[in-house]
Amino acid sequence: MKCRVCGNDAVINLKAYNNALCARDFIAFLENRVLKTIQRYRLIDKDEKPLVAVSGGKDSLSLWYILNRLGFASDGVYIDLSIEGYSSLSLDKVKTMADRIQRRVFIFHLMETLGKGIDKLSRVIKRSTCSACGMIKRYIMNRVCMDRGYNVIITGHNLDDEASALLGNILYWKDEYLWKKGLELKESEGHLSKKVKPLFLCSEREMAAYAILNSIDYIRDECPFSIDAKSLVYKDILNRIEESSPGTKLQFIKGYLKVSRAMKTQRRKDNLDYCAVCGYPASGGICSFCRIMERFGIEGDIRFDEYKPEGLPT
Amino acid sequence: MIVELDGKKITVDRAPTVLRLMEELSINREAYLVIVNDRLVTEDHRLNKDDSVKLIKVVSGG
Ligand code: SF4
Ligand SMILES: [Zn+2]
Ligand SMILES: [Zn+2]
Repeated sequence: MKCRVCGNDAVINLKAYNNALCARDFIAFLENRVLKTIQRYRLIDKDEKPLVAVSGGKDSLSLWYILNRLGFASDGVYIDLSIEGYSSLSLDKVKTMADRIQRRVFIFHLMETLGKGIDKLSRVIKRSTCSACGMIKRYIMNRVCMDRGYNVIITGHNLDDEASALLGNILYWKDEYLWKKGLELKESEGHLSKKVKPLFLCSEREMAAYAILNSIDYIRDECPFSIDAKSLVYKDILNRIEESSPGTKLQFIKGYLKVSRAMKTQRRKDNLDYCAVCGYPASGGICSFCRIMERFGIEGDIRFDEYKPEGLPT
Repeated sequence: MIVELDGKKITVDRAPTVLRLMEELSINREAYLVIVNDRLVTEDHRLNKDDSVKLIKVVSGG
């Protein structure tokens, strides 16, 4: 198969776009799509200071790399959940990328703050591991943004993540979540940072190809708690549909965007309450995170480590 | 021929192309990338018996 742009050997066939591309042209094609997504949906303004949530996986590391190449200078935040055999390895990958792009990364160690890893913590607070993990991550990402003067959190959710989550929400008609998804979560002055997902229209396969072609060393192992994640079943089903009808995932998400924008203008009545301790959105006085801190008798502020590549000015 | 599937080496009947190899292993083309002799390739790529073939899963959970 030949590259449609230059005629050299193609490295990837993109059926959804009826296109085949060589390494160089694919990299340009994908970076351009990310840039267009950011511009078209106004995800990051030029005067904003973005912070990328990096996990060590292909999506967030590639995104961090792309943003800095596109001129959106961004630092990273990594949340260490103390998952054995997984967290330290993924942190190494994050640091390698930090060195490569010469950006700093803030690191939150759950173990240092709460004296527990995510599996123990989730048992104590009687939540599933993934639900506890999600809660901690959302809180910490927001907190570091607020504390360190950043104003937009960027996450690496890709097309497949979004399509599978949407499918799950539709299958069970989870009305309360269904219309909340989207490219952007709005900020709430002094409480909540804006949150955006510039890879919304990039598939997992494209992101893995991008990482491989740019020699981005990402963690291939899965988080051990993801084994029975329902999202894997949904992703598999969507990929089977995609194989027989290329472009379906894109249509699914683009269609959703259109409809949800109309829905959003109708809603907007959810008046938020804020945590009395830290100011984070909360229902009922104190937010979930501060409640955990209180329960374990932990006082004082939470701490972030800062990893700074050598040669970076202070 | 020997191919590496998700980091594990397995022996399969020799397939003439990447596409046929994926079909024989019932592998979804959206869920995997194929690397032959350290290069990413498209499905029509022809395989030789001494090629080093790696099938890499791109789907992640959580
Ligand atoms: S799979 Fe692992 S990283 Fe993902 S939400 Fe669950 S615990 Fe967190
Ligand atoms: Zn080309
Ligand atoms: Zn709070």
